[in-house]
Formats: sequence, C-alpha cells, structure tokens
Amino acid sequence: MIEITDIKKAFNGKEVLKGITSTFEKGKTNIIIGGSGTGKSVLLKCMIGLVQPDSGSVLYNGRDFYRSDKETQQSIRREMGVLFQGGALFDSKTVEENVRFPLDMLTDQSNSEKQDRVAFCLQRVGLEAAAKRMPSEISGGMKKRVGIARAIVMNPKYLFCDEPNSGLDPLTSVKIDELIKEITEEYEITTIIITHDMNSVLEIGENIIFLYQGDKLWEGKKTDITKTTVPELQEFLFSNKLLREMDR
Amino acid sequence: MSVIGKYFIFLGSLFGKGEKLSVYWRRFIEECVGIGVSSIFIVAIVSTFIGAVSCIQTAYNLVSPIIPVSTVALIVRDMQLLELAPTITCIVLAGKVGSNIASELGTMRISEQIDALEVMGINSSSYLVLPKVLAAMFTFPMLVIFAAFLGIFVGYLAGTLTGVITEKDYMEGIRDSFVPYNIFFMCVKPFVFGFLIATISSFQGFYTSGGALEVGKASTGAVTNSCISVLIADYLLAQLLL
Repeated sequence: MIEITDIKKAFNGKEVLKGITSTFEKGKTNIIIGGSGTGKSVLLKCMIGLVQPDSGSVLYNGRDFYRSDKETQQSIRREMGVLFQGGALFDSKTVEENVRFPLDMLTDQSNSEKQDRVAFCLQRVGLEAAAKRMPSEISGGMKKRVGIARAIVMNPKYLFCDEPNSGLDPLTSVKIDELIKEITEEYEITTIIITHDMNSVLEIGENIIFLYQGDKLWEGKKTDITKTTVPELQEFLFSNKLLREMDR
Repeated sequence: MSVIGKYFIFLGSLFGKGEKLSVYWRRFIEECVGIGVSSIFIVAIVSTFIGAVSCIQTAYNLVSPIIPVSTVALIVRDMQLLELAPTITCIVLAGKVGSNIASELGTMRISEQIDALEVMGINSSSYLVLPKVLAAMFTFPMLVIFAAFLGIFVGYLAGTLTGVITEKDYMEGIRDSFVPYNIFFMCVKPFVFGFLIATISSFQGFYTSGGALEVGKASTGAVTNSCISVLIADYLLAQLLL
C-alpha cells in the first residue's frame, strides 16, 4: 500500500501540486487522470523519488520514503518497477539485455537464474521472439511491453506507469492495459497509472483520482465517474462532442 | 559561479556509492574501445599532417648557414613532444569524444534512460560517467604517444622525401639534446586533459533538459568548454612543470 499525504511542489514559485493526499491499495489498479500540465507526472516523480516534494510524505507500507535513510530508500526503490512514457530502454542493449539489466546490477543471481527470469518475463509480455532485437528495431507497443518486462523482472511490490498508452493505436492500448491489469492481480502489486486515456480508465481503473491544476478534485470508482457533479471532471470526461451528446 | 559549484558537486557524485567492481570493469573496457580505439584513425590523420607540415615549415624558416640542418629535426621533435602531440591531439579529441559523450548522455537524459537508472537505485552518474572519465585518462596518453611517434616519423618521411633534410641529419637532430623529462611532461598533459574533457562533456550532457535542440547545445557547449579548459590547463601545466 502507498499513502501520500499533503504532497506540495512548486517550480520557480509556480505551484504544480497543491497538497495531494491519497491511498493506493495493494493489488489494485489506481489511475491518476487529468489534462496536460495538471501535475500528474510531477506527482508520479515525487512518488518514485525523482523529484523531491517541497512538503508532504510518501509512505510505502508505512515506510516514509523521504524521511528514511539511504539504505531504506534503496530497498524501497528495489521494490519499485517503473514503466516510463517512452519505454526508456537502453539504446545500446538488446531487448533481453534491457530486461536483464536490473538483475545484473542489483542481484547476485547466477547466470542461469537470470536467464530463466528474463525468459519468463519476456514470455509473460509475449516478446520471447524479440529477445535479440535492439530497441530501435521494435515498434512503440513492443517497447512498452519490454518496459513492462523490465519493470516486473525484480518482482516489484509497486508498479508505476507513466502514460502507458501514449502513441499507441487503440488495439495495442487495450492489450497493454490488460497486461498491466493481469500483472497487478497476478502478483498483488500496487499499481499506479498516469494517463489521460479514458479507455484505460474505464477498462482497468479501480481507484481513480482526477487532478486539476495541481489539486485533487475527485476520487472514486470507475462506476461513479460518469455520475460526477464536478464540472472540471465533467468537462474532461465529455470533451468529445459525441460523448457529450450521448450523455444528454 | 553556480555552474562551477554544480560541476564540483557532480564530480563528487561520481565517487558516491557505486556498483559492483565487475560492472565498472566491463563498462571501463567498453569505454576504452569507444573513446580510445575508435579515435585512432582521426589521431593518425591529424598527427600525420602535423608532422609533415611542421618539418617542412621549420626547414623553410631555418635557412641559415650558421644553423645546422639537424636543428629542423630537433625542433620537430620538441614541438611534437611538448605541444603538438598532446595539445592538438586533445583539442581534436575534445571535438570527437566530447561531443559524443555530451550527446550520448543528453539523449539518455531526455529519453528518461537516466531516470530509469535512478529509479532502480543505481548511482547514474557513477555508473555512466566514471568509466568514461577513467577510460579517457587511460587512453588519451596512449593516443598522444602514438601521435608523437607518428608526427616525428612522418616529419622524417616528409623531410627526406622532399629533400629539405637528409636521413643522417634528421636522425642526428632527434637525438640531439634530448631531455627524457619531456616524455613525462607529454604524458601528464593528456592525463589531465582527458579528465577535463570527459568530466566537462559529461556534465554538459548529464544536465540536459528539453529536446533535440538542447542536446545539440549541450554538445556544442561540451566542445567549446573542453577546448577552453584544455588551453588553460596547457598553460598552467607548462608553468608548473617546466
């Protein structure tokens, strides 16, 4: 479980996060939605330790990330898997080497153990045939799947996905969403997804948070989201003219 | 001043908590190939022409009955050892290696590859930059020794083939008044320049933010700042060690 309390962050005096508080439960797919520039990615970076919040706390199963010593922070980091927006695969390494990288760097496993684990993760995301290919030789959707394989190779307790569907066609998006959902349930991971793709929200969202100009304006289940009375969320949800007409 | 302070903090981070020694060894060998071996061709081209030109131009300027012809070889040798081989080679390497390092790290930064390392709990600056710095400090002196040898040898070829100096005079000249300390001085320079070029270029690339335009700017900044620092260090080393 991840608990964030009163997370605030400003850049050059401009408040990007204005005190976000929420709880993300284990085994659930938590989705943070909002328009561009609302602070979703900054919030994610605050949670994974890439950007230090000005105030507030991030608790991983009760351990306060920013008030822990370096060793505790390191052990929390090793329990995280992150899927970056563009995949963030290492260009100079093959797909297999990318997935194997955390094992090489952070574990003392034998070569065969690592190979087995990498083969399992690649098979889990359906990319065993692409193991020897370079990132430049695979499609955007495949890069995301390699990113997922790399994120889960260390058996993470927490999975963070930054816009996993950006730049993908609707069919591939659904496949990526389903994969994330399956992995979350299968390994009882606490998953947090940043997105502005409403398909993802309605497909796999269990706990949904809506951010608007650095504030949390709404939190709830996907079944309740369409009944919202928050005007900013209504505007976000029904930005499509067709959907607006259907809602009426 | 804040940039200089940030640069020193960056240098400190290279020696922070690192990874397994075997990881660094593998990375060091990769970087030696990337920085050193792949630079042999350009170093050979530059030193070949500098050697030939320095011999012919020195001979052109030393037309005097009171100066022995062998002095041409002596001047070529000392120019190569003291200045041309270490400084010009490192200026060329600042262009080739410096821009390569800055653009590589800049691209890794904007494509979130460095973020990915940090999230894994890996000391990204130490993992990515330290092997580059060590490889530059290790391979630059070797490249400079190679450049000096080639420069003096091509000076001999150019001098004897064009008839400005005989083989006997050239051999006599390069042995005349030889100071072995100059070899040490020649090797110290690329060691220092390698450190400066690798760290300055890495610093420029590591803190890139934005997109392709900023990567280009980081690359240009890396070459410019590396060249300036090499020239300043060249003067300081000459003052300190000669």
